[in-house]
Amino acid sequence: MKTPTTAWLTLALAIPIGASAQTSATPDASPQIQQLRQELDALRAAYETRLQALEARLQSAEQQARRAAPNDDAPAVPAAPAAPDAANAFNPAVSLILSGLYAGSSRDPASYRLPGFELPTGAAIGPGSRGLSLTESELGLSANIDPWWRGAAHIALHPDDSMSVEEAFVQTTSLGDGLTFKGGRFYSGIGYLNSQHAHSWDFADNPLAYQAFLGTQYGDDGVQLQWLAPTEQFLQLGAELGRGRGFPGDDSSRNGAGMSALTAHTGGDLGDSHNWRAGLSVLNARASQQALSLAPALGDPVGAKFSGSTRVWVLDGVWKWAPNGNATRTHFKLQGEYLRSTRSGELSIASDSDRMHTIQSGWYLQGIYQFMPRWRLGLRTEALNAGSPDYGVNTPVLAGSGHAPRKHSLMLDYSPSEFSRLRLQLAEDRARIGSADHQLLLQYQMSLGAHGAHGY
Amino acid sequence: MKLSKKIIGLITVATACIALPAHAALKVFACEPEWGALTQELGGNLVEVSVATTALQDPHQIQARPSLLARTRSADLLVCTGAELEAGWLPVLLQQSGNARIQPGQGGNFAAADFVRKLDVPARLDRAQGDVHAAGNPHIQTDPRNIALVAQALAARLQQVDPAHAGDYAARLADFSHRWNQALARWNTQAAPLRGMAVVSQHKAYAYLYDWLGIREVAVLEPKPGVEPSAAHLQQVLTTLKGTPARMTVFSAYQDPRAADWLSKNAGVPAVRIAFTVGGTDGAKDLFGLFDDTLERLLKPGSRP
Repeated sequence: MKTPTTAWLTLALAIPIGASAQTSATPDASPQIQQLRQELDALRAAYETRLQALEARLQSAEQQARRAAPNDDAPAVPAAPAAPDAANAFNPAVSLILSGLYAGSSRDPASYRLPGFELPTGAAIGPGSRGLSLTESELGLSANIDPWWRGAAHIALHPDDSMSVEEAFVQTTSLGDGLTFKGGRFYSGIGYLNSQHAHSWDFADNPLAYQAFLGTQYGDDGVQLQWLAPTEQFLQLGAELGRGRGFPGDDSSRNGAGMSALTAHTGGDLGDSHNWRAGLSVLNARASQQALSLAPALGDPVGAKFSGSTRVWVLDGVWKWAPNGNATRTHFKLQGEYLRSTRSGELSIASDSDRMHTIQSGWYLQGIYQFMPRWRLGLRTEALNAGSPDYGVNTPVLAGSGHAPRKHSLMLDYSPSEFSRLRLQLAEDRARIGSADHQLLLQYQMSLGAHGAHGY
Repeated sequence: MKLSKKIIGLITVATACIALPAHAALKVFACEPEWGALTQELGGNLVEVSVATTALQDPHQIQARPSLLARTRSADLLVCTGAELEAGWLPVLLQQSGNARIQPGQGGNFAAADFVRKLDVPARLDRAQGDVHAAGNPHIQTDPRNIALVAQALAARLQQVDPAHAGDYAARLADFSHRWNQALARWNTQAAPLRGMAVVSQHKAYAYLYDWLGIREVAVLEPKPGVEPSAAHLQQVLTTLKGTPARMTVFSAYQDPRAADWLSKNAGVPAVRIAFTVGGTDGAKDLFGLFDDTLERLLKPGSRP
């Protein structure tokens, strides 16, 4: 070990000379001395760097040694977190989302309907129950499985003490060529909002169009292949096959796929301050003897069974702005989606069975503005169009009213840190026929544990 | 099956439409400007560097936006800080990139913080302490000695992922190290008056800079890392400064100057905006300029009696 010794010696010699040279800095020192001093300084700097390298190596060697001998009773170094127990070191990243809500509304949520839209019985629409309630707590686990796979699960704990698996999938990490394969249960990649978990939504609830056409959010058991084009311009294509587990599918047992979807998204930057993404997706689902609840213009909901196919087109766009791309102080996000659902097949009410053909659509547009650090203001406007449904002989029973559900929501949220958020949301909901329903929602959302990364 | 035919058709058409660019250069995706600049120094025309963030953006808070995803897709090498600085956005890019070369643990994934001694490693991990980084303070680029260490490791990594040009990288490293050591000697001499100086920081971002220059941090404007300065906390800083006066408040180009300006007005402590990384100020055009400019800015109020 000659090098360190030499280094120390040189350093020991260099420091006093350098120091005295600095203190006695005479302006007219001869150029030779100046040159000598510069060379010496360079030498000193070089050794300083090398010493630091040695120090870093020594530190990592020490850490390794500590890890190799966990039973060593050497005094613990408090500054460095102790090497985790080997068995637990491979534990997945754990995160928990806690959230709760106060909901108040001028009309009874129990009578909430989307007139003119066929929804599965027991669909989760509207503002839910009034008063204080715990909302979904979401437990997330994720880790690399091996050099080829990664796995993640999101378990939802519902306030009624039940539990559901929101997502549980494995995903490749090493296919290359821009390909990623996913298998298991996951939220479909259609649209913009669909693949996002509830805690990353900008409003407390999902848009009406998602409630009417995608059973609030479409998740399925299946496989997904995504491909990212090797171009400067972002272009991502995806294809999915699934069981058709949720509405508009019906979870029937069949050998083939109950759901198929194709997605295409593109996007990019416009200077440093703006960026955008837009996409077009289509989802096909099959249903057989699907239990539906129809809300005619007058009277109580009617139970019915639907067998046939559904196709939902989703057009989505999002544009974000932040001065110089620095979103810390202020930023703005504009987002909108248009959904169009076509259902055709057979509808049976009691013993009457005839064709059903409907073309329905819906859209929402929302803007979120962070006007100062931690505070955001949002506005959302949305509408549904039931079209002119054809129910064959059942048409008179189900005659629509031509009512078009509409809703406006105003949101204000405050985030003390990136792990907590408090939200106030006011809505004027004209989904039902009659007077508007005025809703007030107060919500908290907190995240514990692993620092989740956010999608676009 | 109809659908799978459709998919294959779609992919074939898409692939056919895209003329694959015939770049021989190694594609490098740098998370922050300093690593982009360093890679450019060490790779010259052998590399094609694309930088994900600018000096005017907070590297903690970047969106995993489409353009970044498109760039990670074709990157041969990722050069980032690591130490959880990019925890909020890089994992998403990596998961969706479909690029096996740059996944953690692969040769194409380079984290600069792995190669330096880290400061501010928290003894206790608790978010009640703010946005703390378990691995230690990630802002390692503020000490030029760290740049030298990272340069060594990065050159080795460039040689590993692009062995055909190993000799070129070695020669460029030797040249860079020579120039860097000379500059370092110059900076050490220049910065001598700063030793022992007391300062206030906006964010706990300068631990390495202070460690290098022997500067004392007497207060931080953010009550906890990542938490915006509050009026109550600023009053507290004011009280602290009465007992231990500071020469200046240091803040970075991307940060809101209002808290530092407030202190300047109420305590007479000048606010000094430093580049923090390449491109943060007009003078910080490259890595050498970054430290020239930083020292110049610190010395201006720092040299007053």
